[in-house]
Amino acid sequence: MTTQERAVQRLTNGTPVPKGQERKVTNLWLDALQRLLRNKAAVLGGIIVILLILMAIFADQIAPYHYAEGDSNENYMVPLWLTKVMPGHMEKYAKIGDKFILGADYLGRDILSRIIYGARVSLPVGFAGALTALVIGLVYGSISGYYGGKVDNIMMRIVDIMYAFPTMLLIILLMAFFKTSFGGANEPGTAAYTFNQINKIVDRFLGLEGGGMLFIFMGIGITAWMGIARLARGQILSLKEKEFIEAARMIGASDLRIIVRHILPNIIGPILVTVTLNIPGYISTEVFLSFIGLGVDPPTPSWGSMISEGSRAIRSYPNQVLFPALALAITMFAFNFLGDGLRDALDPRMRGTS
Amino acid sequence: MARYIVRRLLWMIPVLFFISIVTFALAHAVPGGPFDREKPLPAEIVANLNKYYGLDQPLWKQYTDYIGLTRNPAGEFAGVLEGKFGPSYSSRSRTVNDIFRDHLPVSATLGLAALAIAVGMGVPLGVLAALKQNTFWDYLSMAVAIFGVSVPVIVLGPLFILIFALTLHWFPVAGWGRPSQMVMPSFALGLGSSAIIARLTRASMLQVIREDYIRTARAKGLSERMVIIRHALKNAFIPVATILGPMFAALVTGTFVTEQIFAIPGMGKYFITSITNRDYPVVMGTILLYAVFLVLANLVVDITYAFLDPRIQYE
Repeated sequence: MTTQERAVQRLTNGTPVPKGQERKVTNLWLDALQRLLRNKAAVLGGIIVILLILMAIFADQIAPYHYAEGDSNENYMVPLWLTKVMPGHMEKYAKIGDKFILGADYLGRDILSRIIYGARVSLPVGFAGALTALVIGLVYGSISGYYGGKVDNIMMRIVDIMYAFPTMLLIILLMAFFKTSFGGANEPGTAAYTFNQINKIVDRFLGLEGGGMLFIFMGIGITAWMGIARLARGQILSLKEKEFIEAARMIGASDLRIIVRHILPNIIGPILVTVTLNIPGYISTEVFLSFIGLGVDPPTPSWGSMISEGSRAIRSYPNQVLFPALALAITMFAFNFLGDGLRDALDPRMRGTS
Repeated sequence: MARYIVRRLLWMIPVLFFISIVTFALAHAVPGGPFDREKPLPAEIVANLNKYYGLDQPLWKQYTDYIGLTRNPAGEFAGVLEGKFGPSYSSRSRTVNDIFRDHLPVSATLGLAALAIAVGMGVPLGVLAALKQNTFWDYLSMAVAIFGVSVPVIVLGPLFILIFALTLHWFPVAGWGRPSQMVMPSFALGLGSSAIIARLTRASMLQVIREDYIRTARAKGLSERMVIIRHALKNAFIPVATILGPMFAALVTGTFVTEQIFAIPGMGKYFITSITNRDYPVVMGTILLYAVFLVLANLVVDITYAFLDPRIQYE
């Protein structure tokens, strides 16, 4: 008989709970999962996220063409069906055809294929941003909150200073720095060269031929951890005076053990929620960077660079901007739904807030 | 209170100092110089230009010259501390101050218009949703909110152009100056923030209208309108006020994207091209100026707090 079963027996004075009325013995995470699965919007978001991940992984199999492969006879092709849905002046300027279902860009590359491959940029950026923010923020915030005093004071002043940076401007500057200093480094032995080699490995791992993904991860990671650090610190401050922490310390647990075993499991919920809700932000940062030409290197497709190329000729070839924008919006919706659902599931008291 | 403000203002000094050093180091770490051309200029000319602008000096000297702590090659103190942001290397007839004067008001107007839309739409939507909780209006405003959060300006911008300019012909496609040209960019930029404000207002309103002092206000016979406006809204606005600072900062930097999409002559274009042109003074000046905005915006928010909620006190 388990402890829980014994407890149930004691509470019910030994009379067994009538059949069909027992409450399933469960833990916090299973409970949260059940609540999450009852939330239709969150489930929908989750399904879309999974589909997007599959689309990114199997892009080679799904996409009808390779992202860099252009057909010079089909430059600027607008699909025939679109001219029927959106009658206007497209017929006047554009080449109407039906070779590519979503049309082709200025080099005759299939827009659908580029959108599919673009998921290999957007999703990793979202997850890498979240992971970096989580790891740095959690470690930083834990140390600051747990040790308190002078350490805390100095560490939090550093966070304050980081917050005073205009984030977007700093990322732009960092990207320019990474791309030119690291991206062109061909001399073995230097730190820049090492970064460039790691970058090439990352690109290859993501199934892209070049693209400079590591630099985007770094740019976003450097500017993304402060919020999590503050959150983790606040949570730990409120926890560390609790009796069970005192008890753990009393029986001689080390600081590391107390943080990892006793504190982190108690604060991870709200932090995971915040990180998930931040993913759309990381994704749109990359989109913006690629939009201004400081994101992925061509010909690697990013929804941002596609929107940028497309918005130059929005009147004649609306398909070039419309479909990547749609892909981006659907992705953002999915992550927001999932994040909202996760928050409600992990902490029902927070339902409907913020 | 006065002491608190003074302390916060003094804290700005090390913050801005640190930001200026990091920015300066980063900007100069980008390989290449401002006078590199595809067709290289003669070496003597580059040397002369570098000498003229003090770029032949050691880096620390260039920094102190820029800040205005030491005399520049022309023999005068002319740095940020004296209110001079230096020359622009790429548009040589103008100083960075000229660029700020011509283009900053454009960005600021856009940012403020977006903020006005964010608050003007977000707060009423949130209040409506909270007062009519779990009704059609609640769901509608929350649907609008989740749309606003999920659709970034980079999607909204082209979409607005496609629908309202090219199809309906209500507004001009791009440009800046006439009021009709300002509508689409301001909405595209402000909608996302209005969604965040709406959700926050709703949550905080739902909490406040269950408080005892609201019951008291009703019990003493105040009209519902009075209760909501004078008692509920004022208190519900406090959490909203906390995010206005970061939000304003996000909007101001968000203008960069919006300006690109709608071809608006603001700071965005200058900042981005100045980085690729190694136009150090423009890069530095813009980042420093925006950092000052950011710190001040947060300070103003913290002070507003104290006025909204007398329980909050700073020492």
